[in-house]
Formats: sequence, C-alpha cells, structure tokens
Amino acid sequence: MSTVNQVAIPKVEVMPEKHYLNDNYGIRSWLLTKDHKRIAVLYLFTITFFFFLGGLFAALIRLELLTPQGDLFQSDTYNKLFTMHGVNMIFFFLIPSVPAVLGNFLVPLMVGAKDLAFPKINLLSWYIFIAGAAFALAALVSGGVDTGWTFYTPLSSGFLKTPVVVLGVGILIAGFASIFTGLNFIVTVHRMRAPGLTWGRLPLFVWANYAASLIMVLGTPVLAITLILLVLERGFHIGIFDPKLGGDPVLFQHMFWFYSHPAVYIMILPGMGVISEIITCFSRKRVFGYTFIAFSSIAIAVFGFVVWAHHMFVAGISTYSALVFSLLSFAVAIPSAVKVFNWTATMYKGSVTLSTPMLYALGFIGLFTIGGLTGLFLAALGLDIHVHDTYFVVAHFHYVMVGGMVMAYLGGLHFWWPKMTGRLYPEAWAKMAALITFIGFNLTFFPQFILGYLGMPRRYHAYPEEFQVLNVLSSAGASVLAVGFILPLIYFLYSLRYGQVAGNNPWKATGLEWETTSPPPTHNFEETPIVTCDPYNYGDDEEVHVVK
Amino acid sequence: MSNNQTTTSAHHPAHVHQFDSMEQQNEVASFGMWVFLLTEIMMFGGLFAAYLIYRIKFYPAFVAGSTSISVAWGFANTLVLIGSSWTMAMGVWAAQQGKRKAQVWFILATMVLGAAFLGVKAKEYYDKYEECHIPGHIIGKEFNAWGGCKVGDPSMGNIAEEIRDAKHHGDPSIPENSAIETAKQTQIFFSFYFAMTGLHATHMLIGLGVLTWLLFRAKRGEFGPEYYSPVENVGLYWHFVDIVWIFLFPLLYLISRHQHHG
Amino acid sequence: MQFNVPFFPEQASTAAKQVDYIYLFLVAITAFFSLLIAALILYFIIKYKETPGRKAEQIHGSMLLEITWSVIPLGISLIIFVWAAWLYVHMQRAPANSLEVYGVAKQWMWKFQHSGGQREINALHVPVGRPVKVTLISQDVIHSMFVPEFRTKVDVLPNRYTSLWFEATKPGTYHLFCSQYCGTKHSAMIGQVIAMTPEDFENWLASGKAEGSSASNGEKLFQQLGCVTCHRADSAARGPNLMGLYGRPVKLTDGRTVLADDNYIRESILVPNAKVVSGFQPIMPTFQGMISEEDLFQVMNYIKSMGDQQQGGPLNNRSYPDQIRENELRHIQEQMKQQETTPQKPAGKK
Repeated sequence: MSTVNQVAIPKVEVMPEKHYLNDNYGIRSWLLTKDHKRIAVLYLFTITFFFFLGGLFAALIRLELLTPQGDLFQSDTYNKLFTMHGVNMIFFFLIPSVPAVLGNFLVPLMVGAKDLAFPKINLLSWYIFIAGAAFALAALVSGGVDTGWTFYTPLSSGFLKTPVVVLGVGILIAGFASIFTGLNFIVTVHRMRAPGLTWGRLPLFVWANYAASLIMVLGTPVLAITLILLVLERGFHIGIFDPKLGGDPVLFQHMFWFYSHPAVYIMILPGMGVISEIITCFSRKRVFGYTFIAFSSIAIAVFGFVVWAHHMFVAGISTYSALVFSLLSFAVAIPSAVKVFNWTATMYKGSVTLSTPMLYALGFIGLFTIGGLTGLFLAALGLDIHVHDTYFVVAHFHYVMVGGMVMAYLGGLHFWWPKMTGRLYPEAWAKMAALITFIGFNLTFFPQFILGYLGMPRRYHAYPEEFQVLNVLSSAGASVLAVGFILPLIYFLYSLRYGQVAGNNPWKATGLEWETTSPPPTHNFEETPIVTCDPYNYGDDEEVHVVK
Repeated sequence: MSNNQTTTSAHHPAHVHQFDSMEQQNEVASFGMWVFLLTEIMMFGGLFAAYLIYRIKFYPAFVAGSTSISVAWGFANTLVLIGSSWTMAMGVWAAQQGKRKAQVWFILATMVLGAAFLGVKAKEYYDKYEECHIPGHIIGKEFNAWGGCKVGDPSMGNIAEEIRDAKHHGDPSIPENSAIETAKQTQIFFSFYFAMTGLHATHMLIGLGVLTWLLFRAKRGEFGPEYYSPVENVGLYWHFVDIVWIFLFPLLYLISRHQHHG
Repeated sequence: MQFNVPFFPEQASTAAKQVDYIYLFLVAITAFFSLLIAALILYFIIKYKETPGRKAEQIHGSMLLEITWSVIPLGISLIIFVWAAWLYVHMQRAPANSLEVYGVAKQWMWKFQHSGGQREINALHVPVGRPVKVTLISQDVIHSMFVPEFRTKVDVLPNRYTSLWFEATKPGTYHLFCSQYCGTKHSAMIGQVIAMTPEDFENWLASGKAEGSSASNGEKLFQQLGCVTCHRADSAARGPNLMGLYGRPVKLTDGRTVLADDNYIRESILVPNAKVVSGFQPIMPTFQGMISEEDLFQVMNYIKSMGDQQQGGPLNNRSYPDQIRENELRHIQEQMKQQETTPQKPAGKK
C-alpha cells in the first residue's frame, strides 16, 4: 500500500448514507436520469465497450501482421478491421472519453454547480450517441466497412460495396452527441460558475474541456455536412466529389480534415486538463504558470482550425499553401511545448508521491513529448514527403492518442474513481497495470517509427519480408499492452464491491469536487459554494478553499 | 422543464433545480441557443464554401442551372419567410406581454407560413423532378439536362434549349455545342441546389415540430412575462433559418442569373 | 526473416541524403528534449520525494522561464521549417532536362510509358544520374506513388496530373509502393523501380518492343480523332494552332492568362469549354470517354513535340473566321460521332 493511503486515511472512512448512486434504484432511474453524474456513468459503460471492441480489432490487426504474407485474413477483411478499429476508437471512444465521462462528472462539480446547464440535452446526447453507435454496430454486423476511417472519396463514394452509408450516418449522429456535450460545457462554464470562481480561478481541467468544447461546437458541424454530402453522393450519385462529373475528390479531404484535425485536439486537450490536476495534487504544489497552461489550451484550439492541410502535403495542393500550412503547424507545437515544460516545472521543489494516477500522468508527459515532437517530422515539408502515409504516421498519432489521451483517461479514471464510486482500487495492482501499459505501449509503437522511416506504408495487409522483425516486435508489445488494459477493468470491477472506502478526499486534493462526499450527493452541493482563493492552493495547511 | 411541479409556490413552475434564479435560467437558455446557432453557422458555412468554390470552377453551368429555377417562386417564398419571421417576432412579443390568445395565433400563423414555404418548395422540387433535374439516377428518372426528359414532354427542362434561347436575348456567343456541354455540368449545380435547400427544408421541418410543441404549451398558458424563454429561443432558431434562406435565395436564384459567359 | 534491422532505407537518390539530414536533426532534437524531460522528471521524483517534515515550496511561475521555453522551441521550429520547406520546393520543381515518364495508376496496378513508346506494368526502369520526372494520373480512385529509397512520394489523383521527380544515384532494384489506401488489394499494388546505368538503360529501351515513339503514336491519334481538322496551321483552322503551345502562356476569352501545361491541355481535351482561347469560339466537342488516359499521354507528347519543331511563333495570331455556319458545325459533330463509333486500338501495347 502506498504511503498516501496510510497518510490519507487515518480513520476508517464510511460511505455517505445518501449519494447519487443509491438515490434511486431501478433501470428507469438510470435511463431517464438527468443527473450529470449518472449520465457520465452511462457514458463510461458505453465507451468501455467500444474501447475493448476497438482493442479486439487492433489485436486482430497485430496478429495478421505477425507474418508478411497476409495469410490470416483476406485483404478485404483486414481492411475492414483497420477501418472499424479507427472508427470505433476515434468516434466512439477517444472523442467522448474524457469529456463525456470525466468532464460530464466533474465540470459541474468543479464549477460549483448543481448540474450542467441543460441536463435534458445532456441525457439526449447520450441517447444520440447510442443511436449513432447502433448504426456503427449495424454496419459492423452487416459485413463491416472498408473505407478507412478517413472515408476518402472517390473510393468511399463510388468504389466499395460495403455499407458506407450506414456507418457514415452513424458517425454523423454520434457527432451531434459531441456537439451537445460541448454546448453544455460552454454554457455551464460561462454562466454557472459559483460566486467567486472567476475565470482565473477555474481548474485547468475545466479550461481544457472548455477549449475542447469550442472545437466540438465549431468543428463537428463541418464533419456533419461533409458526411451528409458523402452519404448523398453515395446514395444518390450526385457529383460533388465525383471526378467523373467534374467534382473534386480533394475538396472532400479539405472538408474532412477541417474537422478531423481539430478533432485531434478534442481528443488531447481534455487529457491535458487531467494531467494538470494530477501533477499538482501529487506534487502538493500550485501549478507552475497557470495562465500559460490555461491560454495554451485556447491557443491550441484556435490554431487547430488553421492547420488541416498538413494532412495533404503530397495530395497535390499548391506549394504556397503547403508552406503556409507547414508554418502554422509548427506554430501549434509551441503551446504544447509550453504545457510540457510547465508540468515538469510544477514538480520542482514539490513533495512528490508516485501513486497510480501520477504514474499515468508522468507516462503521459513522456509519451506525449515524443508524440508531439514526432509531429514536427510530419509538419516539416521535405521530410513529410517521405514519411507521409507510412507507419511513422501511425506511430506518431498512437503516441499522441494512446500514449497521450488513453494514459490521461486512465490516470483521470484512477484519480477520480474514489469520487465516482466512493471506493479505492487496489493500489499495488493499479501501479503494476500502469507500468505494464507504459512498457507494452512503447514496445508496440516505437518499432513502428522505424518501420515507417524504412518505408512501410500504412494499411498494408501484406508487406515485404524485410519488415517482419519490427512487426513481430510490435505485435509482441501489443500483447503486453493488452494485459495493461485488461487489468484495470478487472480491479475496478473488483473495487466496486471489495474496495476500501475512500472517504471524501483520499488524495487531500483541492478543488470543489473534493468538498463533496464520495460519491457526491445527487444535487452536488447543499448550498452554493463560495470560492475565495486560487485553485491548487496546496501548501495552505487549512483547507480554506471554500467558505460555506 | 414542466415536470418540476413539486417545487414550492415561491418558485415558478418552470424553474429547474440547477439554477439559482429564473433570470439565470432564462439567460442560460438564450446563451445556449446562441452557441447552438454558431454550430449551425459552421454547418451551413461548410456547404456555402463548397458551393462558392464550384461556382468559380463551373461558372457557365451554374449560370445555366440558376436560370432554370423559378425566381418567381423563390421570391414568393422569400416573402413568405419574411412574413413568418414577423409573426414569430410578434409571437415572442405577445408571450412577453402575457397575451395568451395572441401568442397562440401568432405561433399558428408562423406555422402556416412555414408550411406554405415547404409547400412551394415541394412544388419546385416536383418541377425539377418532371424536368429530370434531380441529380444522380436514384429517383425514378435519370438526370438529363441536355435532352429534356425521356418521360412526358421531351422539351421540358431542356437547359441546353434555355442556353440557346439566351442567344435570342442578346448573347449570340453561345453556340449549340457549348450549350450542350455546359448543360451536362449543371448536375453539380443541382447537387448543391438540392443539398442546400434540402438541409434548409429539414431545418424548417424541425422548426415546425418545435413550433407545434410550443403551440401546445402556449395554449396551456405556460408563457408569460416571467417565463417566455422557450418562445424566445424558438424565435431565435426560426429567425436563423430565415436568414439562411436570405443567403440561399440570392446565391442560388439571383447572382448567377441572366449573365453570360464569354 | 532477416535479423539485421536497418534504421534507414537505402539512399538511392540525390534527395535521399537531404531528407535523412533533416530526419537526423529532428531525431536529435526529439531525443534531446525527451531525455531532458525524462531526466528532469526522474530527478524531481528522487530529489523531491515526499518526506515527513518537508513541505512543498509554492512557486507560482516565472515569466522569464515561460518566455524562454516558448522562444527556444519557436526558434528551433523555424529552423526546421525553413530547411524542410527549402527541400520541399526543391523536390517539387523538376529540372528542365528531366527525362519524362508518364504513369497511370488504377486499382491495383501501375502502368508506365516512356517517351520512346516503351510501356511497362508494375515496374519502372530509370537511368542513374539523370533527373526523371514522372507525371501521374489515376483511372479510378486516389493512389500514391512512393519510392522509399528515393524518399519521394506523390498522390495520384483521378482528375488531375501530379508529378514527382528524382535522380537515382545507385543502380539497383527499389520498392514501388502505393501509399494511399485504394481498396481491397491496396497492399498488392506494389512494384519495382529499377535504376540502371545509362548504358544499360539505353539497351533496355532499345530492347523494348515499341511501335513508334509516344509522340508519333500521339500524332496518329491526333489524326484519327479528327483533332487535325480544326487544329491546323492553314486558313481552314477553326481551333488554335498548337504549334509551340506547350509551356507557353495562353490568353483566354475571359481575359485570364493561363500556362499551357499538362493539366491545361488535358482539361482542354476533356472539358473544352472550361478555358477557351481568346479569339476562338467554344465549338470543340468533349473527348471525355473517347480517349484513354494512356492515349492522352501520347497526344500530349505529340503536342509537346510540335513545340520542338517550331519555336517562337506567336500564339493565336491568326484572325478567326467570324461566324461558323450551322451546317459546318453539324458536319464537325457528325465527324466526331463517327470517330466515337469506330473502335480505337491504341498503338504500341507490349
């Protein structure tokens, strides 16, 4: 057992008598709930399902790539596997992961509100998500789709015979779930902060989710219209992207990436918010450079909208626009670098404990640094020509998405698990899982950087023999990674029943969410809290964060 | 919102628990609506941008396509929508003033005008169907801009004919050959025409649905000077949909019309 | 399975070394910053481990540090940007003396055509020590031509020419990959680039059974398709004279001036009304669906070769007959129809 637990729990904690989980029982009380915390739990179950489904596809992909001949699956089966892996992980796991689960649960608590601004819309967003997911699953059951998650035309609109329309409609619908979540966050952060909770006192988790919400609200509709046009084109054979009728397939790429590049920041920004909370708590320190971290989130969200064409440097765009988009892509690296430096500096002269969330957070910093810096390789024009569409790109975005976002998500889940369930997970197991995940992740994806530079193109079902050693290494790593992901599932479920009762604030963290009971009561706060000081006021002996 | 009847009489029945006051609740609702409209702007914006890019690329075809749709019906529809915006605004005013009967009538009038708009749109769509100007070949007849329709009157909807006709009205520089070829490219124009007006009509349909819900609530007398934010926000949405049309009408019907390439 | 895993693909083109230098620089930057962060974190973990009696020192931040770690990455980024952009521009512009090769991509096959008329499938023979420019088009979906040993790649689009160039430095056989996902057999759309010494390359070219050069085949097509009825130098011409057209600016009816490059000529054949030359009527019929991409390349080569024969003649200098009579137009269209019905056998298939 870690020292934190010994220090943090001097007396035997007891569960609060009444909280959001036992406020009401029965399936109706869950399916018709307007409580943001219960909706977060609904989302948690849903995306966990999709995470493991997507993970299963990934496992099959890695299994196929053990041998160069492509002998396990037919090539079209393999194409379906990587398409469904991408679609599942991006639209049904990564985009909702931190915002819809942790954000939904924590944003109202952190701003001292009784709920989000529009609880009904929040519930609606989950139902919309389920509807979209149903379409995606229908597409999967009826044979699967093999367009790649990017749906490039004219391949997707005219050449493949799989249920592209069904999957397109599914993603379109799920997009609205994301819009509604973002809308709810923006309105809540603007209008429902507790008295005294100025913008400068907002927890960085809220800032990060706010920035991500801006992208959800402004970017997702462009994806929606792009998918509508794609569906119309495929269903009705109209000619907007069809070169045969004079349309331009590259325009699809522009419209697709106008959303899908900022979408990367929807996936990473909330994760960065989680890291700011964890690092401060387990260094017992105020965050270093609060303003810079907060505004770098906004800067990333804004710059994120003007870098989309860096996905198209070899797609025949003009040299001048390539130059502009390359420069802007380098610019977006700066706020990310600022964050990494500030997090590291936060530990300086702190009082550091290596509890499980901290392990994930430190893993995040390391992996995100590599993921971010390898992004520079892709923004560098002359170099991108070579590495574009190779395994280098695959490795890069997995470092950001898995090494970054999934690490942050797991870190956050561990950090707030006691708050969500009222119980602690087994610390030793959790630490081991974090370590296994970190090692497995690097084993899986580091070889892919080398594979990519050697020239192995992505989405290859069979490959030249000389790439086999690195592929075997990567597949071996993936099996380690799988263990790292399955372990938390087991001990989280175990802890629901047998976990030690956590108490209101097991980490002695600051922040309004820790002022409530664990699990929190249905209406969060009996009285509206009044905030009198800056966030992360670790070091003040008296916890005078809130005056009631 | 209306199911929170258990709250004490000091509270307005529509007041929900997460807000401190009715004012905060109203303000939040309208702020939320504005954020939602931002989303809508981005959605239509993507489509408008694509339209403008193609208009540059296929200018003569867009002129021909634009000339083939009825500016008279489009103009009539514009008037209908402006009228409905006025009745909607009056509906909000009536709700603010607590005029129960008036707000019901104004909401009803808005719905009638909205339905009229959709009726006219349906007529225009039907004309295009008759003329074989529905892009693609999924709905009954294959798209056929240059030879008229195979079914019914062969001369109907012959854009090439129209382009040739333009010759008599002062542009001799368009020879037949060019007319036929340009006419083929109008399929892209019609793809946009149907995508844009279709998306707009979908918004109108959703608007009518929401207005129906509003109508029932207004009839029950739920809105008054203290609580009218649903009416106000539906009004915002309705005005937005009107404004989209105010952009669509010139873009599709007017700016390309009666101009000649060459 | 071979166990000596290299970290670089072979350097087989002039650009390869340049790309590798940037790559190594970036690897060094990445390693430096990753290790720096990792070392700092490890140091802080050990040094500032939670100990009873010691409390964390609260520090709010430091403007100086913030500026430092914004400006230094910005500076490094700018260096990389300029360096890589310079290389990109260099890799976009093929030298004037490049050997021209045309390629057609389709699901799931590469077809190349040399100007001598030699054709090959899923293989491309090139000489060492001479820049080679490959102009590409796709017959169906988007593909991408990728030769890792040359560090070069370009997407192959269905409606527009794109091109890449390289200068091979070492004889050998290299990978040719399709790197843009293009459907079921994407990973089977591979081939070889064979770089040969100039002498071997000449021998290879000579051994290829080509029925006439690409340009001479193009000339035949030019006559078969009836292009020559309008595009001619005498007074019966109804279209612009194409002599010396390639690579020259052309004035259009709408006042714009465009460069007569590959894409312009292709568009003018397939969508003749898109850009009509000033002083001419838009009477040319489309050849969409009547000419294959490969034949288009041959016509293109013929049009280019016309420039070689006669340089410098000013374009569009002929006054155009004022009006086309209706019967004349009909005559032309009939001619076109006939061309459409007679099957065309492209020449020079291997």
